[in-house]
Amino acid sequence: MTEQIHTMDEAEGTGKSKLTMVRNFLIRAFNDYGVLPFFLVIAIIIFSSFSSKFLTLENMTNVARQSVYLTLVSLGQMMVLITGGFDLSVGTSIALTSVISSTAMVALASAFPDMVWLIIIVGILCSIITALVIGALNGVGVSRFGVSPFIMTLGVQSIGAGFALFITGGVPVSGLIPEFGNIFGFGKLLGIPIPVLLAILSIIGMWILMNRTRIGNYIYAVGGNIKAANLSGIDTKRILLFTYIMCALLASLAGFLLTARVESGETNLGANIALESIAACVIAGVSLRGGIGKVENVVLGAFFIIMVQNGMNLLQVGSYVQMISLGALLILAIIFDRYRFRFNRT
Amino acid sequence: MTTGTVHTKPLVVMEGISKNFHGFYALKNVDFNLSEGEVHVLFGENGAGKSTLMAILAGVHRPTTGTIKVSEQEVAFHSVHDSKHSGIGTVFQEFSLVPTLTVAENIFLGDEPLKNGFLDKTRCLKEAEGYFKRLDFDIDIRKKVSELSRAEQQMVEIVKAIKADAKVLILDEPTASLTDKEVAKLFEFVHGAKKKGVGIIYISHRIQEFREIADRITVLRDGELIGTFNLNEVSDEDLIESMAGRAIAEIYPPIIKQETNTPLLLLKEFQAEGLQPITLEVKSGEVLGIAGLVGSGKSRLWRSIMGLYPATSGTVLKDETDLFRKATKVLVKNGIFYLPPDRKEEGLQLLAKTENNIKTNVLFRKDILSKFGLVNTARQQSITKQASQKSDLKSRYLKQSAADLSGGNQQKILFAKGLVSQYDIYILDEPSVGVDVGTRSGIYLLIKELTEAGKAVVVISSDLPEVINLSHRVLVFSKGHITAELEGDQITENNILSNFF
Repeated sequence: MTEQIHTMDEAEGTGKSKLTMVRNFLIRAFNDYGVLPFFLVIAIIIFSSFSSKFLTLENMTNVARQSVYLTLVSLGQMMVLITGGFDLSVGTSIALTSVISSTAMVALASAFPDMVWLIIIVGILCSIITALVIGALNGVGVSRFGVSPFIMTLGVQSIGAGFALFITGGVPVSGLIPEFGNIFGFGKLLGIPIPVLLAILSIIGMWILMNRTRIGNYIYAVGGNIKAANLSGIDTKRILLFTYIMCALLASLAGFLLTARVESGETNLGANIALESIAACVIAGVSLRGGIGKVENVVLGAFFIIMVQNGMNLLQVGSYVQMISLGALLILAIIFDRYRFRFNRT
Repeated sequence: MTTGTVHTKPLVVMEGISKNFHGFYALKNVDFNLSEGEVHVLFGENGAGKSTLMAILAGVHRPTTGTIKVSEQEVAFHSVHDSKHSGIGTVFQEFSLVPTLTVAENIFLGDEPLKNGFLDKTRCLKEAEGYFKRLDFDIDIRKKVSELSRAEQQMVEIVKAIKADAKVLILDEPTASLTDKEVAKLFEFVHGAKKKGVGIIYISHRIQEFREIADRITVLRDGELIGTFNLNEVSDEDLIESMAGRAIAEIYPPIIKQETNTPLLLLKEFQAEGLQPITLEVKSGEVLGIAGLVGSGKSRLWRSIMGLYPATSGTVLKDETDLFRKATKVLVKNGIFYLPPDRKEEGLQLLAKTENNIKTNVLFRKDILSKFGLVNTARQQSITKQASQKSDLKSRYLKQSAADLSGGNQQKILFAKGLVSQYDIYILDEPSVGVDVGTRSGIYLLIKELTEAGKAVVVISSDLPEVINLSHRVLVFSKGHITAELEGDQITENNILSNFF
């Protein structure tokens, strides 16, 4: 009799400990990686059960290629989010880069039609200058004048969009040299598409910057506690300026590559990218309160957003419903973010 | 009054230092000097200017006037970085730690070891471990700072300051949340550093510590230098009097406990996150003092009663109604007033005029509405006036915005907000934080009046003398539960301190 009770207790005990183990594992995954692993698993289960095309190597490669642009922007957005701010003007960086670089390249092409590389280098220079101006505007406003990042980047986004429309009159800039699109839109090096190659280089560079350099460490410190960072002798203003400039540069790179892809300068490129990049970061566990966020997770977050869009396309979900879903996902991710670190392992 | 220096070589000489914050002088013409191998205490009340003076030496603030010399060279610090480079290490009272980084990363923040231009993480970990071993502080350096207790964070802060082999070490209340054992280790370190010729500036409220380590003491009051003394030439009583500007008996009025103490608020097995179940009574006509370290739960308990922090279980009985987990508004309507510890963050609408700050609270009165449901503004005005007079707030301040008033006057606004209605229970969370001596004694007189009028007054305070001298009954908090209930003669500094851990 007593023995029986004993064994029953034991059985209950192991059952319990298994349950707590699973619970602890889930809580740990949640605390370390945020909602992304859960979202990924759920999305893959849903889409692959409704479409046989979804979970194929071909489709996944396709998703990876499409996610290049969002990945680049999200990397920059991540830096800004880690400092505790955010950048709503990434869409403007893309549009303005597209318009200014293509206008310059078209003008130069009509004068020197044969100097392909000169034209492209001028296009690159124009993109970089555009990014520097936008990034410096944001950075100076936020760090020197203490304007809240929300207002500063929202204002710059409007200014930039206005400029882009002013330059083009709303008409796409066409007449780009075909080599430009052939190299940066569709070109391959060692069998890897050039945009993918550039994205991989950016990811590696960003990982090294954030994990292995002082600047990266200071970016985390500024977002973790800006006062403490200042008391530790860090020039917090310079760090903020740097992150906004880097964010604009990465967005500009995405804008340059997108221009090559669509082979014209467009003012409406990157219209949704601010929302999408913030969503990619937050879903990937970047804290909106700053100080927390990992490069590798953000890459996965951007991939996830594009994968969801791809899955919905395969299921023939309309673009309006897709907008609804993206907004809902973002809000959900932020709600979950608030509950992070609330649960403790037992 | 200044006595000559004991040691010969001056490490730091600050002369005629003044600091003006938005028209208000936090420091007025203060001289201070520090010699090699000396422990020099800075002593004064909250808001006396000690921390401001040290913030200037640490490069956080720039002085409005005055000169600073370090090792006989005149310096002008523009940032913490500059002062660090002149060999000044600081343990800040407000921690300079980043909660999202690990202990090791924090130790080296701003000064990371590099290898080929990249962070050398192995060296960072190894050296950090060495520093903690040398001080015998037992902390996992891989943990994030946010996971550490307050005392552990303090240790990290100390290690961070001393690791740079500073010539001058500023310790701003380093022992505020350490245990006796940890304090002993810190003092051992201080003695060792002293022998090596390091000059140490030590800010503390704990007089009993001074004789153990200090050589000289400089007393500040309301931003002015009162004097610098050799410690073996002054008594504790003299120090306290020169700090406060008057004898202790004059600051703390005797409060007569009312003869009938009816329980007004009953907590039964009340629990909130991070607190053990707590049962207690708040009685009319007495001052209930609440003591404990930061993080002991002494403030959290009352905040969770007021609905400002999530409570989990239990009952909160007042007049036979259970107010457990009711909205803050309901508690206020039931006659409980809570004075928040941070007037700028939670207490005041800083940009609004003083009178409008007070008028908001008048709106809670039922008799303020005329019969058509509109606010009787004349009546609102007169009640506001009365309340501000009672809390000793000069009428010329009423039209000024709250942000423009001194800390003391801002605190008086908070009290005036509590005086516009008849509350039964006044929960005062750090009622005298950062105010000058004059305002303090005014505030204590108000507490006396309220208590003697039969109200229940709860004084939550980190200032031990305040708790000891005002309270009829004291509850000591530690790690989320009540460790002692002291009454009458039992209320002594030793009895309270021994229950802190």
